[in-house]
Amino acid sequence: MLEAYTDVAVFLVLGAAFVVINLLIGRLIRPHRPYPAKLSPYECGEDPIGEAQINFHSRYYIYALVFVIFDVETIFLYPWAVVLRELGLYAFILMFIFLVMLLDGLVYAWKKGALKWV
Amino acid sequence: MQQFISDQIMALGLPQWTFNVVWALIQGLLVLVFILFNALFLIWLERKVSGHIQLRVGPMRTGFHGALQTLADALKLLGKEDIIPSSADRAVFVIAPIIAFASAMLVYVVIPWSPNLIVQDLNIGLIYIAAVSSLLTLALLSAGWSSNNKWSLLGAMRSASQLISYEVSLVLSIVSVALLAGTLSLNGIVQAQQEWGLWFVVLQPIGVFVFLTATLAELNRAPFDMPEAESELVAGYSTEYSGMRWAYFMLAEYSALLAAGALNAVLFWGGWSGPFLPPAVWMLIKVYGFVFLAMWIRWSFPRIRVDHLMNLGWKVLLPLAVVQLLITAIIVVVWG
Repeated sequence: MLEAYTDVAVFLVLGAAFVVINLLIGRLIRPHRPYPAKLSPYECGEDPIGEAQINFHSRYYIYALVFVIFDVETIFLYPWAVVLRELGLYAFILMFIFLVMLLDGLVYAWKKGALKWV
Repeated sequence: MQQFISDQIMALGLPQWTFNVVWALIQGLLVLVFILFNALFLIWLERKVSGHIQLRVGPMRTGFHGALQTLADALKLLGKEDIIPSSADRAVFVIAPIIAFASAMLVYVVIPWSPNLIVQDLNIGLIYIAAVSSLLTLALLSAGWSSNNKWSLLGAMRSASQLISYEVSLVLSIVSVALLAGTLSLNGIVQAQQEWGLWFVVLQPIGVFVFLTATLAELNRAPFDMPEAESELVAGYSTEYSGMRWAYFMLAEYSALLAAGALNAVLFWGGWSGPFLPPAVWMLIKVYGFVFLAMWIRWSFPRIRVDHLMNLGWKVLLPLAVVQLLITAIIVVVWG
């Protein structure tokens, strides 16, 4: 069972190794002449004002919260999808109720304005 | 070939798992070469298609109709100076392109190119793909954050919010396919389409549209290319990247495009099945059909505004995907 994931592990290592090895080969032929102006962050030619790692829109957090709720719920759908044929109507009705609750959450977030970009 | 390596390893007295690793390495190298050749071709194709759509000819000088242009560009990038900004978070900055390319490569483990031409037909293939393909956003987010540049941070945040907005609809349209097929393995889905006697696009007309739109958004391709909107964000998350490090983001992007084409083909268009031609040829035809469509869309539609983008994801695609899921469930319960 677990042998199947050997490929996944090897692909992961190989993909990472390919990037690293190429960068090391590149080091042999590329120039390296840094000076302060070249190493400063790009801000349209001006000297950068302040740090960049502090400012971003709080709106992103709300989308992230809505996403977490929905993504966890969609995971439950996978096992249901695989066995629905055997379980038949009963499983369909149960999941229908679940989906209605899911959509209820979407409507609530929508009405509360969580999905509005301001 | 497989037998030969197995015999050699047995002769050396090594345990079974070394064979698994060696065989995986050989397959991995083949896939890597496949990705590189296709990426070279895809970048050339994109420039040609965009050129002809805009009544230009595109690259012409290097090789036949510019066929060697991408190779020349790759060599040029290899010789470019590697600049890491002094205020950047070095470790994260260095690791971001590695995550980007490794995650793009991981998707290829489960893609069936013909009944037997598949690295490993995992029984949870669909969940695996959903999990692995969203790692790309992690790479973009760490690239944007570690650059310590305002454009990069904005691009990265947009990319993350865009991905999570389209991920839900994408997963729901994948679940509809799993419902019809009764399996999560990708080869199983192609075989299920042969058993049904029709491609799932017939039963999933809404699902195809939702999946196509959501994959274009996940690939950050125009009209959903807000994360690298060059007219407002310079180059988005990759502003501070140069030389080969930048090239890896490009490579990851194009191998993800190819993988998305393969997914579209497998889930809705019958994968490798088709008359007369060998399965692998059918698969390539379908994949490149999708790739061409994606390029056509990219060069025909203007970029959409960030609030419209969010509205489309949450208020149009998500309800459509749920409707498709319910219709599919009814089909399966009644006829399944």
